Amino acid sequence: MSFLDLKNVTKIYPNGTKAVHETSLSIDEGEFMVFVGPSGCGKSTLLRMVAGLEDITEGDINLDGKLINEVDPSERDVAMVFQNYALYPHMNVYNNLAYGLKNRGIDKETIEQKVNDAAKLLQISDYLQRKPSMLSGGQRQRVAMGRAIVRNPKIFLFDEPLSNLDAKLRIQMRLEIKKLQQKVGVTSIFVTHDQVEAMTLADRLAVINNGIIEQLGTPIEIYDNPKSLFVAGFIGSPQMNFLDGNLKNKILSAEGFEIKDINTDFEGEVTLGIRPEHLSQTENGLINLNVDLVEQLGSDNLVYGQLKNKKDFCYRCPGNQTIEKGSNLSLNIENNKYYIFDKSTGKRVN
Amino acid sequence: MKIKPLQIIAHIILILGVLLMVVPIWISFASSSHDSVTILTEGMKFHIGDQLARNYNEVLNEKGGWSEEVTAAKMFINSFIMALGIATLKVVISAMSAYALVYYRFKLAVPIFWLIFITLLVPLEVRIFPSYKIVSDLGLTNSYTGLILPLVASATATFFFRQFYKTIPDELLESAKLDGANAWSFFIDFLVPLSKTMIAAMFIFMFVYGYSQYLWPLIMTTAEEYWTVVMGMKIIYTESYEGVALPRTAERFAYIILSMIPPVLVVVFLQKWFIKGLIQTEK
Repeated sequence: MSFLDLKNVTKIYPNGTKAVHETSLSIDEGEFMVFVGPSGCGKSTLLRMVAGLEDITEGDINLDGKLINEVDPSERDVAMVFQNYALYPHMNVYNNLAYGLKNRGIDKETIEQKVNDAAKLLQISDYLQRKPSMLSGGQRQRVAMGRAIVRNPKIFLFDEPLSNLDAKLRIQMRLEIKKLQQKVGVTSIFVTHDQVEAMTLADRLAVINNGIIEQLGTPIEIYDNPKSLFVAGFIGSPQMNFLDGNLKNKILSAEGFEIKDINTDFEGEVTLGIRPEHLSQTENGLINLNVDLVEQLGSDNLVYGQLKNKKDFCYRCPGNQTIEKGSNLSLNIENNKYYIFDKSTGKRVN
Repeated sequence: MKIKPLQIIAHIILILGVLLMVVPIWISFASSSHDSVTILTEGMKFHIGDQLARNYNEVLNEKGGWSEEVTAAKMFINSFIMALGIATLKVVISAMSAYALVYYRFKLAVPIFWLIFITLLVPLEVRIFPSYKIVSDLGLTNSYTGLILPLVASATATFFFRQFYKTIPDELLESAKLDGANAWSFFIDFLVPLSKTMIAAMFIFMFVYGYSQYLWPLIMTTAEEYWTVVMGMKIIYTESYEGVALPRTAERFAYIILSMIPPVLVVVFLQKWFIKGLIQTEK
């Protein structure tokens, strides 16, 4: 049995909404697991069930070999960082950090030492006497993490903690969280809807949709090998291009071109997925793109345009190439990096 | 600096308002410093007379009532105890019942809240006979408990606390739970400090309410040692009318002025919080 074990966990709200469907998941000790998915997919509910803030309708959750379904949140030895931090507004930073320890009946000297250690680690020692309202967003974020660290819990739970920060600070805090987790080595679950955050932070990633884990794996596995249309569309930026097509006798007829010798026995309506970064310019390529718009990011250019049938399409090329608006590009798929999904089920078929 | 006509009008209105409130108090105060005879012959006064110390000393220390035993000082103490008891208990009970209504989401929370709210429509004056019956059956007439207890439930304060608690984000409770806070420590460590301005505001309201109670102490107390200031105003100098002596107008004014002091002090000391509690919530 692994460190945290979810077995057929289901959540049905009193009004009948099914937020999480029979989800099973194992997380090893020290692992950084990220739940990623669109809003309302049940990722937060799953996290809150681990924290004990939501009842578990069905299934079992085991933490460190102990069934915790009925264990009170305060007894579970988990710490959570909330989206809006939920700092205690009337207490100064020191007391925010110390409150959980005080409730555990730890003596004053130990508390002081633990708080000071955590503050040092997070570089908030200078603000210990301040109230949360006097702190900036990044500092509040650190205090929220300090409150989690100081208790030395079995597991850290992060509920979209970076979404209230501005872009620059978010990237900085993302790095800090990752470093901190590696330094402290505590098992962590991080919930986010931001796929970049998910890719960068995760040891392993669970892509969740409609209360189901669509795919579980390392970020690169999921990027290279999406098992469903949803995962393919969700992971990767800019989004994967999708084209309608038909598969017969290992030949894919898409809109305006054909791909032969496809490694599958599937026949019928399919969706072809091509990542914008897996294309290159060539003469007489498969795909003809009419350029509408070029976004120059410096390192890369994002080229947006339309295919012959007016279908929107995106191509990503190195930033040193100049592409004129209105020009016509001929593109090939690099190294046969394309994905074919059954149109009716969304499952990968090649 | 240019002064706009609108500002002048606004200030005139404000000044009139201030005068409307302050002038009667000043006349009472000025009149309380004269001889009763002067007031009876010359009417009320605008300037301070020479009898100030004598009148106030007499009011505070003279024994009055039928038994000639109760002094104004004693009545002040009674009123203070009663108002303090009512205000404190009202605030404590309201805060705790609002806590139960907001955080323990039991099925009947909403009907119960409305039931509490409806009691606003049934003030003490309306239910005074049943209330008296209960208190007297409990043997609480002529006691501080009897004076305080029937007045400690407050729909208004419960309502205000409920509205305030509802604005406190759920994450705070969840975070506190994960930090090991139980129901009691969440109330004491979070809700009470967060609502301290509101507590101060409610305390003032309820103190003034308790202090100005008239009918209930009048019915409740037969022993003079439990008389309150507001009752005394009516009773303590009544005998003067019946005898040959002159009405003691000056002393009455002195008494009125003295009776205003405790609520004024409470407001002055708590007003900073009081205003905060009414206009903003510290979050």
